[in-house]
Amino acid sequence: MLEIKNLYVSIEKNEILKDFSLSIKPGEVHALMGTNGTGKSTLVKSIAGHFECNITQGEITYNNKNLLELDPNERANEGIFLSFQNPVEIEGVNNSYFLKTALNAKRAYNNEEELDGLEFLKQLKTKLKKFGLDNSLLKRDLNAGFSGGEKKRNELIQIMILSPDLILLDEIDSGLDIDAIKTVAQVINSMLDGKRSLLMITHYDRLLQLIKPDFVHVIKDGKIAQSGDHTLAEELDEKGFEGLGLHNDKNN
Amino acid sequence: MDFRLKAYKAWLKMEEPSWATLEYEKIDLQSISYYSAPKAALNSLDEVDPEILKTYEKLGISLDEQKLLAGVAVDAVFDSVSIKTTYQDELEKLGIIFCSISEAAQKHPELVKKYMASVVPIKDNYFACLNSAVFTDGSFVYIPPNVTCPMELSTYFRINALNTGQFERTIIIADENSYVSYNEGCSAPTRDESQLHAAVVELIILKDAQIKYSTIQNWYPGDENGKGGIYNFVTKRAKCLGDNSKVSWTQVETGSLITWKYPSCILKGDNSVGEFYSVAITSKRQQADTGSKMIHIGKNTKSTIISKGISALKGVNSYRGLVRVSKNAHNERNYSACDSLLIGNTCSANTYPYHDVKNSSSIVEHEATTSKISDEQLFFLKQRGINEENAVSMIVNGFCKEVLQELPMEFAVEARALLDLTLEGSVI
Repeated sequence: MLEIKNLYVSIEKNEILKDFSLSIKPGEVHALMGTNGTGKSTLVKSIAGHFECNITQGEITYNNKNLLELDPNERANEGIFLSFQNPVEIEGVNNSYFLKTALNAKRAYNNEEELDGLEFLKQLKTKLKKFGLDNSLLKRDLNAGFSGGEKKRNELIQIMILSPDLILLDEIDSGLDIDAIKTVAQVINSMLDGKRSLLMITHYDRLLQLIKPDFVHVIKDGKIAQSGDHTLAEELDEKGFEGLGLHNDKNN
Repeated sequence: MDFRLKAYKAWLKMEEPSWATLEYEKIDLQSISYYSAPKAALNSLDEVDPEILKTYEKLGISLDEQKLLAGVAVDAVFDSVSIKTTYQDELEKLGIIFCSISEAAQKHPELVKKYMASVVPIKDNYFACLNSAVFTDGSFVYIPPNVTCPMELSTYFRINALNTGQFERTIIIADENSYVSYNEGCSAPTRDESQLHAAVVELIILKDAQIKYSTIQNWYPGDENGKGGIYNFVTKRAKCLGDNSKVSWTQVETGSLITWKYPSCILKGDNSVGEFYSVAITSKRQQADTGSKMIHIGKNTKSTIISKGISALKGVNSYRGLVRVSKNAHNERNYSACDSLLIGNTCSANTYPYHDVKNSSSIVEHEATTSKISDEQLFFLKQRGINEENAVSMIVNGFCKEVLQELPMEFAVEARALLDLTLEGSVI
């Protein structure tokens, strides 16, 4: 599904990813760990086409398409969803209007008929109810004045509505209490149907106990230094990156 | 005639104001014609500038309307003729007068004499004075006591109003306990060769009455170098004469090379209310110096100013506002909020609020913000599948929401389409 080969990415002249390779097949769940500044966020941003990421070498293909040739909105409509570490606030833009616009953009991209407001709201409310998420966020402006937890909940709502094929989670668990992390896991696990794939960045084993990864990778100095199954995450939790010699040399 | 001469003599002694944040070459007033008879009609749409036709298409304007707007002779089939008669019958039954000023001067001279120049005196300012001397025609509205006008009145209905040219004059009088909503302008860029527009609008609101005045201004803004754009110098003022009277100005200014406009409210009656909602957008080489004046005279008077300025490419946007509270205006309240949104790095925004408060029981609040459409906001929306153009439109519309929701429904739809059109190609 996703093939990253020998990728080099720099941000403002700093080379962040160096010769990075990773392959994700349909239905697989991958976790990406590593100390701060090793390039975890840069990787998922590069996949999504963020304007800061300057790709100097290497390739990313998605369902056999050259991703680097597609605009960010095309990548999104191809089924890639990036959940942001700090989702931006946009005042004056009603949240449910935004959700409807995003869904209809995807439907139009796939030559499907656009949903009208009524039908959309019906679907949305059914989905929210299933996970005990309340409707109050929908009436507000997009992330405007939302608490950290509300922003993350809103990201989950977007995932549910857009039902992407490849979900990228950039520290969705940061700043969340244990109940909120459980809700995240419930929603994400319900999406994992054996076809969808997931790549999640996290610092903690807690999320990985709730969403079991097939693979755990540790990034160091811009590329994967070690891969394993979820026992690697447990070991990291116990001994720390330094204990396993997986801390970023440059930052120390 | 006497009125015009007086104005002309006064105007000769005046100098063009230079305090606004606007840059333009001095206007050669001798070179413009002061009266343009309805322009030579074109024979078919084929003769119209294809650029203008393209714009009409984007705004979803029907073919007949396109013809009308582009100055093509329209045959009698066009249904506005029948609309005109039906609505005038209905208005007449209620005693509402809605006609041209020249017609009003003949049929209702007492009203015209009493109210003309009662809000904007002949010598008020350079451009208003010029208008007084040479004004061609305009609209006249009178709503009798206890009547709520059953429809939105609009210059758009009056075909001849489209050709009144650059020195238009509008007078609206709302008698006691009446209500009217008046829409001026239209979203399509009208074909016009003239350079200077100096209109005057006077609103008179008596006891317990209310006027809602909405404007969409989309004169030709000129090309990338500002060539050929319209100079728009307008004096708009409302006088809340009676107690509990209310006026609200809503404007969406997207056109013209230069806009100079300060719809104002004189709050004379006790408990009277003045509101000003504005969206001004400048792109290419456009410059706008706009805002409002709220003059509080009566007791317990309230005013609100919400101004949204958007600048893109090399656009310059200035807010200029005055809140004056006179000695006896006890318990006055004013709230002003001026927000600016910048798109790109070559545009600019300024805010010039003036306050003159002579009463100690009054409360005057002013807030101002300036923000940029951030790349992160755009990326967020794009990551959710929304293309760049729609993403910008979404952010801009969100920014203007408070003002757009004041517009009558249909007008608001037009305004949104216009915002998108003006900003087209402004994001690099």
